[in-house]
Amino acid sequence: MRLEPIPAPGPARRFGLPALALAATAALGSLLALIAGAEPFGVLGLIAKGAFGSKFALLETLNRATPLIFTGLAVAVAFRARLWNIGAEAQLYAGALMAVLIGAGTPALSGPLLLPFMALAAMLAGALLLLGPALLKTRLGVDEVVTTLLLNFIMLLFVSMLLEGPLKDPLGMGWPKSEALAREARLPRIVEGLRLHWGFGLALIAALLVWLLQSRTTLGFEMRAVGENPAAARYAGMPVERTIALTALLSGGLAALAGFSEVSGLKGNLTLDLSPGFGYAGVIVAMLALLHPLGVVLSALFVAGVFVGADSMSRAAGVPTYIADILLAAALLFMSLAILLTRFRVARD
Amino acid sequence: MEILDILLSATFWAAAVRIATPLIFATMGELICERAGVLNLGIEGIMAMGAFTGWITVYAGADLWVGVGAAMLSGMLFGLLHGVLTAPFGLSQHVVGLGITLLASAVAAFAYRVSLPEVTNPPKIEPFQPVAPALADFPILGPALFAQTPLTWAAFAVAGLTAFVLWRTPLGLAVRAAGESPEAVAAQGLSVNGLRIGAVMVGSGLMAVGGAFLTLSAFSSFFFEMVNGRGWVCIALVVFGAWRPGKALLGALLFAAFDALQVRLQQTPMGADIPYEIFLMAPYALSILALVVMSRRAAAPAALMIPWRKGER
Repeated sequence: MRLEPIPAPGPARRFGLPALALAATAALGSLLALIAGAEPFGVLGLIAKGAFGSKFALLETLNRATPLIFTGLAVAVAFRARLWNIGAEAQLYAGALMAVLIGAGTPALSGPLLLPFMALAAMLAGALLLLGPALLKTRLGVDEVVTTLLLNFIMLLFVSMLLEGPLKDPLGMGWPKSEALAREARLPRIVEGLRLHWGFGLALIAALLVWLLQSRTTLGFEMRAVGENPAAARYAGMPVERTIALTALLSGGLAALAGFSEVSGLKGNLTLDLSPGFGYAGVIVAMLALLHPLGVVLSALFVAGVFVGADSMSRAAGVPTYIADILLAAALLFMSLAILLTRFRVARD
Repeated sequence: MEILDILLSATFWAAAVRIATPLIFATMGELICERAGVLNLGIEGIMAMGAFTGWITVYAGADLWVGVGAAMLSGMLFGLLHGVLTAPFGLSQHVVGLGITLLASAVAAFAYRVSLPEVTNPPKIEPFQPVAPALADFPILGPALFAQTPLTWAAFAVAGLTAFVLWRTPLGLAVRAAGESPEAVAAQGLSVNGLRIGAVMVGSGLMAVGGAFLTLSAFSSFFFEMVNGRGWVCIALVVFGAWRPGKALLGALLFAAFDALQVRLQQTPMGADIPYEIFLMAPYALSILALVVMSRRAAAPAALMIPWRKGER
């Protein structure tokens, strides 16, 4: 077989194929439900209901989507420049660590500057954590996929070390957790009485800013150009290495905001289970959004919905929650193929 | 000199060879994929899948070797998916690989929960036994060679076989050419994408056997997260070994020796003062360091990560 480009794909192809990918994902979900001994269509309904069916469910989904928007943006920004940052998990924890270092107990700084300072410090930590692998890539040709992946493990052990050592809450009954953040180090709720914190607002603003950066600025253009064709970008006189370094700083900073927002907005302290893989899920979020920053918001809501919905479905129907991970990984693969086939048709040799 | 004591102890060398075993299988698997031009980031998930499939097959009453075969088959299935999506369709190998890792780990976890819904303590199976315990009393070499299970011996055989097939047979030449200059392969009338799919399937099968070693030989139970980054380490080992089976084998043994050493150093008086996390970080940090040191000398296959489309270039 070979792939033939389609000069002007019609709307049936452009919208039909992605819809088909989602339908295939849903069909797989029904099959899995059947295997687990549950009623196949009821399970999909329960997932949807558990994600968006009530005010409580919707707020839970928005809360879960918040870190995913940040990590999704981080991955989207990096992948656009073909910087394969798979280390959003580590950068998230770097951000969370800074939030706790500055805001836990009795912060040295107080007043309205505390929260912005925490956010900036978090971004800086995440940015520097990714700058290392990016420089190793541009200077020495070390593959960043492996270095960023391995850093995830190192970072988690580092956090564990701090939580059992200097950062350990003396009143934590032996649990490895940090002291709680001071009251003024907590992100306030958007609407009083509704369980949704400003981290979500910050995530929306971040998506908007990244979109403006990518579509309206020279740097954004350079990031895209470097991703599409580094040789051509270099030939056109663009500072390729500097662009990759700046991309790394932005991407790492965005992922770190996920950690800041989870600690400061939701949890109020740092534990080792702060992130159930938000960094890795960011790859799915970014790819389902076709790396578009505004699309990341929608796809983060979708991914968060599947996770939250599967949790609630699992309690009702007894199908293991891992169904969510299978569905999302399958959606990623189906959607990648569908998007390819909107531009190419399969022909026989 | 605690380090010297450790290095001279027989159990240390036995542990090093044992720890190296899953890495050897999976590193050879990854090497075969990359030699054909496909980076297989599905490795971490495929190892988890192999660990689960091997374990559940034996738990259901099958022979241990049937378990190994089932694990290999499960790996090849995910390899087929990876190969088809990345070779003829030419999708991003990064995206597909990570997708496969997420998919395979999730399928393993889902299947475990579905088959054993009520279990809190992971049930055990009767694992592989040492090949020749009678000979294991030999000083140093005895435990390192004879206290090992047959899978460890199989791992060394696989490394030798990988080297032989890739460098001494026409098939191996074709596979390597698919990763170096696919146009030459196509000019010979061979199918580049067919070779790539085949290589990814075989490679993924080996990764799954590496995973199966964990449940059928090392731990005798299946845990979530039991692969714990070993797959990513193997990707680093392929680079460290400059895409050559012999050097990659050496790298895996070195890495495993270091890992065995850090476990033992934790238990020394000096190690007791240092947080244990530092020791656990060391192997990952070492992998990064090895990549940095080797990256300048290592020449990756020329067509690695470049999809082949007939008529282009």
